[in-house]
Amino acid sequence: MKTITQTLLEAYHETPDAAAITLLHSQAPDQPLTNRALLEAAAGFARSLDEAGVAPGEVVILIEQHGASLVAAFFGALLHGAIPAIMPFLTEKLSPGHYRKSLEALFAITRPAAVITYRQFFAEVEAARAQAPSPRAILLSEEAPAWPAPPAEALRGLNKPPEEVALLQHSSGTTGLQKGVALSQKAIFNQIASYAKALHLNATPQRQDVIVSWLPLYHDMGLIAGFLMPVLTRTHLVLMSPFDWVRAPYRLMHAVTRYRGSLTWLPNFSYNFCAQKISPRDLESVDLSSWRAVINCSEPMYWQSHQMFLERFQPYGLRPAALATCYAMAENVFAVTQGGIDRPVSVDVIDQHKLLSQQVAEPAPLSPTSLRMLSAGPPIENTRLKVVDANGAELPERCIGEIALQSDCMLTGYYQRPDLTGKAFLDGWYLTGDLGYLASGEVYITGRKKDLIIVGGKNIYPQDLERLAGEVSGVHPGRVVAFGVVSQEAGTEEVVIVAEIDPEQEDRQGEIARQVRQRINQGSDVALRYVHLVPRGWLLKTSSGKIARSANREKYLAETAS
Amino acid sequence: MTSPSPETLLQTLSDYVAAQIMKQPGALLSPHEPLISSGLIDSFSLVDIALFIEATFGVRIEDTELNRDTFDTLDELASLILSRRQP
Repeated sequence: MKTITQTLLEAYHETPDAAAITLLHSQAPDQPLTNRALLEAAAGFARSLDEAGVAPGEVVILIEQHGASLVAAFFGALLHGAIPAIMPFLTEKLSPGHYRKSLEALFAITRPAAVITYRQFFAEVEAARAQAPSPRAILLSEEAPAWPAPPAEALRGLNKPPEEVALLQHSSGTTGLQKGVALSQKAIFNQIASYAKALHLNATPQRQDVIVSWLPLYHDMGLIAGFLMPVLTRTHLVLMSPFDWVRAPYRLMHAVTRYRGSLTWLPNFSYNFCAQKISPRDLESVDLSSWRAVINCSEPMYWQSHQMFLERFQPYGLRPAALATCYAMAENVFAVTQGGIDRPVSVDVIDQHKLLSQQVAEPAPLSPTSLRMLSAGPPIENTRLKVVDANGAELPERCIGEIALQSDCMLTGYYQRPDLTGKAFLDGWYLTGDLGYLASGEVYITGRKKDLIIVGGKNIYPQDLERLAGEVSGVHPGRVVAFGVVSQEAGTEEVVIVAEIDPEQEDRQGEIARQVRQRINQGSDVALRYVHLVPRGWLLKTSSGKIARSANREKYLAETAS
Repeated sequence: MTSPSPETLLQTLSDYVAAQIMKQPGALLSPHEPLISSGLIDSFSLVDIALFIEATFGVRIEDTELNRDTFDTLDELASLILSRRQP
């Protein structure tokens, strides 16, 4: 099996002038990076890491704005055989204090040898370093000049064994940062081989794909589908910043039009967001007919979101057959299933009542009480999947249970967390924590076993939000609960905090709500939508005295439904 | 469209943010309270507020301006709208 370094060197020698990535900017011309430019810039970072005394196999944390330098630094770490991990940079809303704590949490678990960041951010990293045991070096991306024509043997990732850990992928928040998914080159290449086949990627020399993405690279979907897979398969990637996209979703449509984009991955909320928030004026001369798959992935998928998107963009050339779906997770590198490529996405109409009361997905006629489930498609070739009950026994078709996986592209483990890795597997099967069913060989996801909130495709751990809310004066730690509620309008979950307050705090309600909101907005990656303050004794607890999130969610929904 | 008074403008903006973004209709917002840098208006809501302002006041705020350097408080937002309205 080839290494990532060998693969990049081949592209460098065989097609040096082909664009690997075209970076789009909101206030500057498009910036094509050829295979030559990418490899030489990356080699510059590899050399800087080497000079800083970083050894292959050591972790390098990247804190960079979305752009050329992040892309080159990531590949630079790989060329050196080091283990890159991308940490989201500090946004204008985050409190620097909370950010520093997250950074310290990341340092404590991954023990990075180096951090690569930009000059303006140096002081922040330096401050976090004072509290944590490592890293040894902080490199500035401005000071890693490209290395023209680097000798292959100087790149220490050239012969890195395929089974060794190649990179780490984290989700956000204190909890997510302590759970880095460690992936080997072998797993990455196995995933790409199977997934490219399911997608018919670059099927013929005449039909070369162009991937257009706005996804952040610290997210598994952005990192694999919107970054590594295109570069390693020599598929032209047109990449814009999530910061720019969220302010101007029309830029995605313009990019597809200009570059004849054929593949794009989007979390479900983006379908609603694009359909609702682009003014017709910004769609003049948009042509979406080149899109052969717009793939919904990384949060619960809704039929309504697909419809909304189709109705809005069909007049601009979007083909109904382009709507596609995928079920993916970082632990399998990325894709587990793929739907909507060889035939339209299956829609399974089931009885909602029986789903809730009997945990079965029984086909039903379309009615106000039925549910239209979007299929995530069949598993990709290298991945085996089964649905199991609470004891791990396999369930028949159309019974709801936990999704379990086996593949040749599983994670090596949660980095430095053998405790978590051990708990994730049962008899060689990875337990996903997602609930769903199988029908005619296709996978349908119905919910989650784990307490996790997914907002706009981002995984948010409720315990992180509860801890933040518990820091507010007037709210008692342990008497607050966080959960998500689905918003059909937004096509994603919105975050709710329910907190008990003491009777003597009644007249401070407005102030407490404001502070809870502020604490969560500045201490996490989400914006809090609903703050619900309740009297002592409102929250339901389990027999062991813990706050039961799902029971309290039900109670909240019942109370606010009227 | 006749020009709204600065007070009416502030009230309209405040009502919009409280009801649509904070989901807390009737919540009182100070004209000087930071909105973007505090995360009260998150990035997903920035386009909404720009579309609302364009529909309500006929003033366009470019996407490259949707950051706290252009406005962070209701007061600054109101001034921006007034400065861009045709006399």
